[in-house]
Amino acid sequence: MSRKKVAVLQFPGTNCEHDTVHAFESLGCETQIIWHKAEKLDSDVDLVVVAGGFSYGDYLRSGAIAKFSPVMEAVKEFANKGGNVLGICNGFQVLTEARLLPGALKRNEHLHFISKHHHLKVVSNENTFLSECTKDAVVNIPIAHHDGNFYIDEDGLKDLYKNDQVLLQYTDATGSLSNPNGSVDSIAGISNKEKNVFGLMPHPERAMEELLGSADGRKMLEGFLK
Amino acid sequence: MPAQLENINDVLAQHKLSQLDYAHIKEILKREPNLVELGIFSAMWSEHCSYKSSKKHLNGFPTKAPWVIQGPGENAGVIDIGDGMAAVFKMESHNHPSFIEPYQGAATGVGGIMRDIFTMGARPVANLNALRFGNVMNDDEVSAHQRFLVRGVVDGISGYGNCMGVPTIGGEVSFDECYNGNILVNAFTLGLAKSDEIFYGKAEGIGNPVIYVGSKTGRDGLGGAVMSSDSFTEESKNLRPTVQVGDPFTEKLLLEACMELFKTDYVVGIQDMGAAGLTSSSFEMAGRSGSGMIMHLDKVPAREEGMTPYDFMLSESQERMLLCAKKGSEQAIIDIFEKWDLDAAVIGEVTDTGDMELFWHGEKCAEVPVDPVSEEAPILDRPVKRPAYLDALKDVSINDFAKVNNQEAFEKLIASMEVVDKAWVYEQYDSMVQTNTIKKGGQLDASVIRVKENGKALAMSSDCNVRYCYVDPKGGAAAAVIEAGRNVAMSGARPLAITDCLNYGNPENPEVMWQFAEGCLGIKEACAELTTPVIGGNVSLYNETNGVSVFPTPSIATVGVNDDQDNVLFSNFQEVGNELFLVGKSASEFGGSLYMKEICGTVAGELPVINYKAELELWELVIEANKKNLLECSKDLSSGGAAIALAKMAATSGKGCDVVISTDDERDIFAESMSRAIIEVKTENVEAFKAMLGNLPCEKIGTVTAADYKVNDVEMSLEQLDSVYFYQFEKIIQRDI
Repeated sequence: MSRKKVAVLQFPGTNCEHDTVHAFESLGCETQIIWHKAEKLDSDVDLVVVAGGFSYGDYLRSGAIAKFSPVMEAVKEFANKGGNVLGICNGFQVLTEARLLPGALKRNEHLHFISKHHHLKVVSNENTFLSECTKDAVVNIPIAHHDGNFYIDEDGLKDLYKNDQVLLQYTDATGSLSNPNGSVDSIAGISNKEKNVFGLMPHPERAMEELLGSADGRKMLEGFLK
Repeated sequence: MPAQLENINDVLAQHKLSQLDYAHIKEILKREPNLVELGIFSAMWSEHCSYKSSKKHLNGFPTKAPWVIQGPGENAGVIDIGDGMAAVFKMESHNHPSFIEPYQGAATGVGGIMRDIFTMGARPVANLNALRFGNVMNDDEVSAHQRFLVRGVVDGISGYGNCMGVPTIGGEVSFDECYNGNILVNAFTLGLAKSDEIFYGKAEGIGNPVIYVGSKTGRDGLGGAVMSSDSFTEESKNLRPTVQVGDPFTEKLLLEACMELFKTDYVVGIQDMGAAGLTSSSFEMAGRSGSGMIMHLDKVPAREEGMTPYDFMLSESQERMLLCAKKGSEQAIIDIFEKWDLDAAVIGEVTDTGDMELFWHGEKCAEVPVDPVSEEAPILDRPVKRPAYLDALKDVSINDFAKVNNQEAFEKLIASMEVVDKAWVYEQYDSMVQTNTIKKGGQLDASVIRVKENGKALAMSSDCNVRYCYVDPKGGAAAAVIEAGRNVAMSGARPLAITDCLNYGNPENPEVMWQFAEGCLGIKEACAELTTPVIGGNVSLYNETNGVSVFPTPSIATVGVNDDQDNVLFSNFQEVGNELFLVGKSASEFGGSLYMKEICGTVAGELPVINYKAELELWELVIEANKKNLLECSKDLSSGGAAIALAKMAATSGKGCDVVISTDDERDIFAESMSRAIIEVKTENVEAFKAMLGNLPCEKIGTVTAADYKVNDVEMSLEQLDSVYFYQFEKIIQRDI
């Protein structure tokens, strides 16, 4: 197995790029941080991660400004050619704004930022990202967001289910749905129809070692190592 | 130079300067000051910047230890944490602004303290905050307003800290009527740097450029340092324009740009622009180096048209830094800040005149000698008087009140806002970003992060029992140092140093000044006895509204090091069947206790006895026994005594306990004798643990169980405990929404 090369995007206001790099390096990946003004990605990149944070302060809609950064053109091209793209938290928001993923992320239903460990259920593992996870397994992953309330219209939701694009749902420890932010169907993560662009609000890169409360994120990110 | 001032008496009053100050200023300048100069003196000689009331009492704080790299006097203190790494930390208040405008006041407090840390070259890695509010329980307007303030302050801290990507990992929130007119918002930040790459606030080297970086300057926060050096009245609502507006996104850019800059060798010195903005940063930087400085104020990036030199010197716009760089590096520095979309402008240079010379479009608009402004700031020897209330409350005891059975008392105490879980607060703070957080808000006692660079862990805790400080201003302040240290030690870390944030009432009231003087004595004594020197801090006076001062509130944050990040000791029950021990000497001590307040309805009595030797023995026991892996958990006893400590341990672990504590009086399970801890030990380790006790009293009190909380004659199911402990706070704070 050759060493995978992971490019982590950095917009002004991104604040999880170093955590993401640390996580992928702990899995043996080669990593690079890509400044948002870059117009090209290296040709040998295996995975692009749009990391969490507050791109441009999220003063407008979260991710709404970042989608105009030069690097996003390169990411679109990369994705359209089948390259794997993972958006975590603010990265998920950026990918929906850029229309690389369907739906939108609204302010949490209770209007507060929420930071805690939360359980998630693996709804589908028929994709690269969650291929190392067991279907219906419950994992414990930190969430930390203000705008994590996933919304999609009814037709869009039907399409998500039809194409097996719903990847993760918020649950309690037993796997029963438990919704922290008002997301439609408690959805925490989805993919595009082609299953090469992934987005989730929870932070698998924060769940890489038991010392910090959970190592369940490893199995998730390991999906990209194959 | 601009014309001299008319109506001098009015101008002095607006600037809170006395005739005596004015005469002194004329003596320093050897002429009449103009408005810009008067503004400079007013800011630099404000209570906030000059510490004029407090300085006398702050002298003599223990500030040295072999591990202290930088003590008080810089933007923050620095300690050596081994392997070439240093921890940089400080706590600061933002009380007045937060009361006037809770969101922005709290947000900019957090922004300000983080700048103090990263201006030293350290990346902020952890935030704590200590919040004091008034009564939130009633149906009246006061309580409704206090609940509004709680929501606003927490939102402000969350909004700023989260965007910065710095985890807020703990702190404390407490409530008392004395804060009804003056809430306290104390923010703490800790940063990490290499110990040989610390940056200081100096401006030296004749001809070196003085560069302004960060946000543009506006008129916000104009005169903030002067505002916060006064008491509140009914008119204080009109002060909203003196509160700064925060922009955490810009501060995040400023942080990253500065971290990039620090990797170069261009920087001579750097300082953030906090209270009194460009005035204090420029004067302090030049003052530390004995230099002079020229600044062209028309070159300062401005947010709006029509600003005057006076506005530029006194604005407290946020997210700005002043730096002194090596000559020739100007363009390279501007390039770094432009990459991060920030303004950077060369606005002046270092001189050897010893004077601050300010220019406006080429014309000199002020000239003030640097040294006298800070060196000759008035130092006041304010009168002190022991408050009369102390005699009245000394002899009050719980026996003066109708006896309440323990079950009823427990149910009241466990539901009190001071005790219940604060998830509603700490879950609004991103506590896990940077992936270092081992122990955080809600997990009781100290918060802990690991240090990726050296495999160690840093434990930190902010504490102050304000009832203790009210009944005994000296002992209470010492108790705050002791408790913060104990919390750190109970996690297995060795306490190394403290930062303090001294919040008191109106210093012009001799009784308040006495409380302050006594508080300083208490801190000096405790820091010396426990070898945890003070490496920085902040004084906030005038926490008074309509003549009512807050309780003395010296918030203390202690930082300690655990050599092994994989061996952090937690504070709650770990495994059913393990044995529980109460270590330390218990007595019927209820002075200033939670029991006295909640059950007897008063804050009175005599402070529990302080015994530094016993305290240190407890620390040693836990630190050393933990190194040998003999302990499963350790929790300090504080408000509410053993009964409340055990209840918190049960609720947060989802496990019960079956405990019998021997008492002289059945109410002693709520007593607050100091230097005590509950320690959980596996049966196979009990002998080895006991062998390490030395002279420490130790009682086996019971075991960890799967269900129900049972302590002496008190019982509660875990379900019931949960429903109170985890849901009460939100229910109260959100009731108006």
